Amino acid sequence: MTRRAAYEARQKRRANMIAGVSTAIVLALVVLLVPLAPGWEAVRSSFFNGEVFVRVFPDLLRAFVLDVAIFAWSVPLIFALGLAIALARGNTNPALFPLRIFGAVYVDLFRGIPVVLLVYLVGFGIPGLGLPRPWNSPYIWGTVALVLTYSAYVAEVLRSGIESIHASQRNAAICLGLSERDTMRYVILPQAIRRVVPANMNMLVALQKDVALLSFIGPVEILRQAGIFKSLLANFTPYVAAAVIFLCITVPATRYADYLMNRDRDARS
Amino acid sequence: MPDPRLSLRGVTKSFGEVQVLRGIDMDIAPGEMVCLIGASGSGKSTLLRCMNGLEPVDDGAVLLDGVDIAEPGFDLGPIRQRIGIVFQSFNLFPHMTAYDNVALAPRRVLGEDARARIEALFARFGLADHMAKYPDQLSGGQQQRVAVIRALAMRPQTMLLDEITSALDPELVGEVLDVLRQLRDDGMTMVLATHEMAFAREVADRVVFMDQGVVAEEGTPERIFSAPARDRTRQFLASVLR
Repeated sequence: MTRRAAYEARQKRRANMIAGVSTAIVLALVVLLVPLAPGWEAVRSSFFNGEVFVRVFPDLLRAFVLDVAIFAWSVPLIFALGLAIALARGNTNPALFPLRIFGAVYVDLFRGIPVVLLVYLVGFGIPGLGLPRPWNSPYIWGTVALVLTYSAYVAEVLRSGIESIHASQRNAAICLGLSERDTMRYVILPQAIRRVVPANMNMLVALQKDVALLSFIGPVEILRQAGIFKSLLANFTPYVAAAVIFLCITVPATRYADYLMNRDRDARS
Repeated sequence: MPDPRLSLRGVTKSFGEVQVLRGIDMDIAPGEMVCLIGASGSGKSTLLRCMNGLEPVDDGAVLLDGVDIAEPGFDLGPIRQRIGIVFQSFNLFPHMTAYDNVALAPRRVLGEDARARIEALFARFGLADHMAKYPDQLSGGQQQRVAVIRALAMRPQTMLLDEITSALDPELVGEVLDVLRQLRDDGMTMVLATHEMAFAREVADRVVFMDQGVVAEEGTPERIFSAPARDRTRQFLASVLR
């Protein structure tokens, strides 16, 4: 071992020890002090009731399958629409100017409205037109609300990706005789999409959580199922169980997005 | 002189307030190899980019086989297949293998699956083992050779080469210059902006010295390098041939 390596190993041992001690102290304080709060017993029995947790967990998990399903069919729609809007905003053809304006208005509008508000407006408003079954389904209009909001965000992310590709790439393609369209399709977009994968991963994590907002307009997904159990059992533990289920999906996904982002940064530095 | 392949007549070009080209007249014969020399900022790169319409000229004419391609609104798509250009910074597509970089334009523009022809080009320029690699797995010299092959795969009649060895480590310059020697032996029409004076002297049919947006002096390499007529040319050569 070199002198340098020995020194660094010593430093590292020291840092690990300090981190371990300080973490232990904080944990000990939480464990010792929180139960001293006057309402702790009540909170524990209504939020962290083990019996209730075990009883509701399988049903909540089943309800969560619906969240995953809504997520799964929303994602392709979001990316298709997001891409279309991004391309509409980037086009320079004067004949397609209205499309460009439409793209800009679309993005401003749907990024500017809170998701929950859009879920209410679309989810209650459009079926209110008296549409026949199955066109009055909250699944359809709830999905539409999510797709409108998230495609606006994805369009902006994609557009930033497209603009981040250096002009020399476009020049090289044009000079080979490729059309504008082929240049976008084969040269610019594949690079742009790859570059914004981490940002889109974060978007997907947010979408998976926002699917729960559809509970407000009817579908019995996990949040609504937890609410039903809460009323039935007069206990809030089902909400905690639902949160745990969400975390099982979102934490690994967020970590993966961070990993991709770091890898991308390392590759470019 | 036979009918020129490429003629420039009174070409001017400004970027904002800066006039980069101040009236260029030039004729390039089929099969001729012309080397543009001159200090950075003298307009060599801009001139090359005007020759294939990548930069629109402000005024003057660019005649390719007698057709004025500088006419505003002229459809440059078909023209660009006949003029290959290679850049200083390679500009390979990083998400494609070397082979796909080369095969994209023939497939999409010519509608041709040119595999045999492309493989022959890779083999000829010593890259047969590197076709499946991505640009970042290749050295600078290899990347630049792929860029030359990519341009050649469109079967251009003329090649424009914009300081294609300037971004390379010195030990990699030779392999790229060898490629140009081979193209010259094929009789390719070439216009080459370069700082490689020894190379220009060896291979050029004609050397054009550019200074502040005009052609300051031109002639055979022997004459330009041994007996430059103008002070400005002498000064430039003295500074680069130290």
